[in-house]
Amino acid sequence: MTKFTKRNGLSRRTLLKGAAATMTAAGASTLGAPMIWAQSNIVLRQAGTGVSAFNEIAAKAQEDLGITLEMTALDSDSVSQRVATQPNSFDIADIEYWICKKVWPTGNLQAMDTSRIDNYDKIVSIFRDGKLTPESEIAQGTAPHTVGFVDGPGSTDFVDNESGWMTLIPTIYNADTLGIRPDLIGRPIDSWTELLNPEFKGKASILDISSIGIMDMAMVCEAMGEITYGDKGNMTREEIDKTIDIFIEAKRAGQFRAFWKSFDESVNLMASGEVVIQSMWSPAITAVRSQGVPCVYQPLKEGYRSWGGGIGLAANLDGAKLDAAYEYINWYLSGWAGGFLMRQGYYSAVPETSKDFMTEDEWGFWFEGKPAQNEITNPQGVVMEGPGTVRDGGSFYDRMGAVACWNAVMDENQYMVRKWNEFIAA
Amino acid sequence: MHRFMRSPMAASWALASPVVLILTFFLLLPIGMITALSFWGSTEFSIYPAFQFDNYEYLFGSSVVRAVFIKTFTFAVITWAITLVIGFTVAYFLTFHVRTLTWQVVLFMVCTIPFLTSNIIRMISWVPFLGRNGIANKTLMDLGLTQEPVEWLLFSEFAVILAFVHLYSLFMVVPIFNTMMRIDKSLIEAARDAGASGFQILTNVVIPLTKPGIMIGSIFVVALVMGDFITVRFMSGSQVANVGRLISNDIGLLQYPSAAATAVVLLCTVLIIIAIMLKFVDIRKEL
Repeated sequence: MTKFTKRNGLSRRTLLKGAAATMTAAGASTLGAPMIWAQSNIVLRQAGTGVSAFNEIAAKAQEDLGITLEMTALDSDSVSQRVATQPNSFDIADIEYWICKKVWPTGNLQAMDTSRIDNYDKIVSIFRDGKLTPESEIAQGTAPHTVGFVDGPGSTDFVDNESGWMTLIPTIYNADTLGIRPDLIGRPIDSWTELLNPEFKGKASILDISSIGIMDMAMVCEAMGEITYGDKGNMTREEIDKTIDIFIEAKRAGQFRAFWKSFDESVNLMASGEVVIQSMWSPAITAVRSQGVPCVYQPLKEGYRSWGGGIGLAANLDGAKLDAAYEYINWYLSGWAGGFLMRQGYYSAVPETSKDFMTEDEWGFWFEGKPAQNEITNPQGVVMEGPGTVRDGGSFYDRMGAVACWNAVMDENQYMVRKWNEFIAA
Repeated sequence: MHRFMRSPMAASWALASPVVLILTFFLLLPIGMITALSFWGSTEFSIYPAFQFDNYEYLFGSSVVRAVFIKTFTFAVITWAITLVIGFTVAYFLTFHVRTLTWQVVLFMVCTIPFLTSNIIRMISWVPFLGRNGIANKTLMDLGLTQEPVEWLLFSEFAVILAFVHLYSLFMVVPIFNTMMRIDKSLIEAARDAGASGFQILTNVVIPLTKPGIMIGSIFVVALVMGDFITVRFMSGSQVANVGRLISNDIGLLQYPSAAATAVVLLCTVLIIIAIMLKFVDIRKEL
């Protein structure tokens, strides 16, 4: 019997409810989460962002390991708060690397001994030394390897080498770019500057989530040559001011049709033709295409804005539960879960183990950037691409090798949020 | 003590106590908590008890907040004016032009039919209608009125006000219709006998006697528009901010104390507006 909870298709309202509930619970000293022990099975409570909380993964882990996973999907702000303020309410935290930077100093997570991770050596090197290939340059922002290691089990300071103690085990990551409607644009697009091109006046959009939107803005301003950033992932107040000013000017000139906050909104804007170029997430592109509307996840010469998530262990895990958690992590990296995620368009931390769980055609399409031989379906069996299509951006190395910056949390975050509100109100 | 229990005072206290209890727990207590929270401080992922005025300082000092409040007022005033004209006209028609009570009731029910669906659905259904490739633009172009799709129909302040008017007109119709129906028809006959023109009857008899209904409707509309955030977000495509959106943004970023302070200021503003409105008409006297 599998017991897990997951809220799928979160609406804004349920997210707010979740945030409110987290808020209420923050007042109490402990959260009264129910403990479910099925026979002698071990229960691990996984709290995380919705992206990787799939029922299928929990069910498969139950089947393979006998471990019951209780998954709770929250928005990233609520997850950060839960990890920071309610250390006893979860066993495994499934968070993004920039959240890790925010919450690790609270001491509520424990570092993992990499000698207990079977496939550690096969983990993609972006997460170990920051370089995809030995020649790669390290991107700006909160690059995963910069917050990936500490120097001991109880340490709260990050170190810049593979110390043997890892903060998060990477699970899922991708490279994001602009989505376009090639049929309505009718010419090649190859630069982030096109988002503010007056040609698309009233037909552009950007996402209204400040921490990610500001990075898309920075990619545009830098590509325009208007601003040279010291580090896009950690801007100074002047850099934030200049960036927001450029976008306020564009907004006043009527460049934007709308801003979007939820996945569905971005799909509708694009599918209806209200918007022809905008910030977008990979699964949203697929959703537009599945309606028969042409939509491309356009690779741009300045590179991608990337993000990555991983799982971390709660500081209070010990004994059998800690062993079970290591077992779960080893299982996660052993291939099935990676194959499952890669067939959604994400990347696995250990691609070579995932290969065994994908067909040759799937591997060729998703990882190697080869034309599909047959129809490509997602894990639920829905047809995503027809024969002959090639993944936008090409192979894993083409895409992840061209990352210009990572989602980040800045030192001036609160200042940035206020400036962002000015942009929305302008 | 025994004497008190038998006195009429005791009976009125006993009768009033359920209301007092309900209002205390569900109105006063939450407002008290929100007010207390508005003086707290916050970091990026926690809030801590304090007694500081930072949140209010930001609210009163920021030009963005001022602009957002002005925008919220503007929406309220425009929506109020339009719903008033529509509400009054519909109520006037139902009361004075529809002769039988049966038809009055039937037509009144017709007015409420759109309100059988949810607020959000009624609002979102405008999106495909007004969009660039929507029915409105298709029709305009087919009729040859425009060559290009009209862009300001959707994701604009026009769209926001249109949705507000659509959502809240009924709140104006109902109270005005209610007070108009109570106007003694003989008063109008008397006015006509005294030689008043139709317009004079309207301004000297009908409008003054309908004031309480107008005022109740106005309070509904103003309070609803001032407190809204979702209509503004959807209909403007997130491009316009009002006070409700400031609060919801703060909540999304876990800045609860700041959200609470904004809520307190908004509450005070709405209370002041309603107090001013009540100065003009004594609702209790005229009901």
